[in-house]
Amino acid sequence: MTHLAYLVAGWGIALVVLGVYGFGLLRRGRRLTGQVPAGQRRWLTSPGDDGRGG
Amino acid sequence: MTGRRDTTGSAGSRLLGVSALVGVAVLLLFAFVLTDPDVRVHPTTGEEFGQFDAVRLLYLHVPMAVLTYAAYILCAAASVGYLVRRTPWWDVTAYAAAEVGTVFCGLVLVTGSIWGRPVWNTWWEWGDVRLMTTLVLFLLFLGYLALRRTTVDPRHQARRAAVVALVAVLDIPLVNRSVEWWENRTLHQQSTLAELKIQDLTLFTLMLGFVVFGLVAAWLLLHRFRVGWLEQAAAEHGVAMAIAERHAELDMPDVDAAVGDAGDGP
Amino acid sequence: MREVFADALLIAAKDLRIEARSRVLVNQVAPFALLVLVLFGFALDADQRTLRTFAPGLFWVAVLLASLLAVQRSTSLEHADGAHTGLRLSGMAPSSVFLGKAAAVFVQLAVLEVLLVVGIVVLYGSTIEDPLLLVVSGLVAGVAVAATGTLYGALASGLGVRETLLPILLLPVLAPVLIGATRAFDDALGAAAVDGWAWLGLLVVFGLVATVLGALAHGALIED
Repeated sequence: MTHLAYLVAGWGIALVVLGVYGFGLLRRGRRLTGQVPAGQRRWLTSPGDDGRGG
Repeated sequence: MTGRRDTTGSAGSRLLGVSALVGVAVLLLFAFVLTDPDVRVHPTTGEEFGQFDAVRLLYLHVPMAVLTYAAYILCAAASVGYLVRRTPWWDVTAYAAAEVGTVFCGLVLVTGSIWGRPVWNTWWEWGDVRLMTTLVLFLLFLGYLALRRTTVDPRHQARRAAVVALVAVLDIPLVNRSVEWWENRTLHQQSTLAELKIQDLTLFTLMLGFVVFGLVAAWLLLHRFRVGWLEQAAAEHGVAMAIAERHAELDMPDVDAAVGDAGDGP
Repeated sequence: MREVFADALLIAAKDLRIEARSRVLVNQVAPFALLVLVLFGFALDADQRTLRTFAPGLFWVAVLLASLLAVQRSTSLEHADGAHTGLRLSGMAPSSVFLGKAAAVFVQLAVLEVLLVVGIVVLYGSTIEDPLLLVVSGLVAGVAVAATGTLYGALASGLGVRETLLPILLLPVLAPVLIGATRAFDDALGAAAVDGWAWLGLLVVFGLVATVLGALAHGALIED
């Protein structure tokens, strides 16, 4: 395969950055969820899910 | 799984996340194993030319570039929505789209530069219209995010940010025009794609790239939106709690009424 | 409509009167812009041919940097002693406040540009080949910079970090103005063979969009 270093760098940087960003979002979400009462967690109050306000 | 309440995940977003991860794996398989490198043979000299294996970067770069622009358009649309409706939903959407778009935009610039080195023989090409436009776009939205991170009354911030996003998106055609006249050349011939020996599989992989990175972007947007929503809710809740505490200090009997449903929290 | 312009004139006159008394432009902004020209000279090794070739670009970079100071000054005027509250209570339309403040910044930038033209003629040895193009494109680009700068000055105002925030917000937006005005000056100063008048079109479009958008958006930024 030609240009292997470029390929690994390009795909590697992109996937790692997206992964780190995604995990960061999950962690931020987890930290913030604890600070907000269940009734205000928008997506959990939608029908078909489990969190109707506790 | 769905019983956990301390995350921003929901049944829908988990499904989306799993499909995005599987999609990335499948895309890697197509991009690196199943497709052929771009090798063409010169009709008269018989020399081999083309992008060779560097073309495999395009399955990543091109979808991300298109999604960057889509995210910024979403941001501008949500900003207009905010200025008209003045509800937090639009504001949080605009912020989420801008942040995800900027992550993508940075990656587009980096992967494009890495691709350009072997194919154009340069890390950076000053005269290229799309390259320069994307760079200015990236800088504009860095400014937007910097403004977003300042601490100020949320409603003031939302209005300012909406105006900045609108100006940024309106500025783009002018940047594009000016760079085009400035150097009047582009290495990004529309042909970068059209010129490839478009086999069915190459085209399919590219389309797959759009779908997969679309899923990734959707997952990121969803979670970023929820984080933004929680940030606002947490701030409001913090204020409500502080008021309740003051009331409690004053020995008011109906503390629960003042707190509302805040008492249900963990 | 006439009232809007009359009020704008009042605001512009107020800002310019404050400038005439405080002399911030004369004492600080103009010397800074000239200093930038001198620094470019040092950085480019004092070769007058190089300097003459790049004079248009260096000129406009100096204008943009100085415009940051002028805009900061213009917005800080409204924040001293709670002047913006008085302005809001005056009942003037936000668009006239915007137009007035932008006009005052424009007048200051125009003075600055005259100084800088003298600067590049004396220091870089530039020659003026097309005075009309030089004046017209200088004025139009000045309008574009003043209108955009005033809008972004209002955006960043009231923030603790406005001094550092304004440049990163404003400079990328002005990229087309920098390119267009530099090309127009390339032609006017005979530094490169381009059609400067064609670039003037781009500057006119930018200036119009920035002025109209600023007048419309200013209300949303300073309300309540």
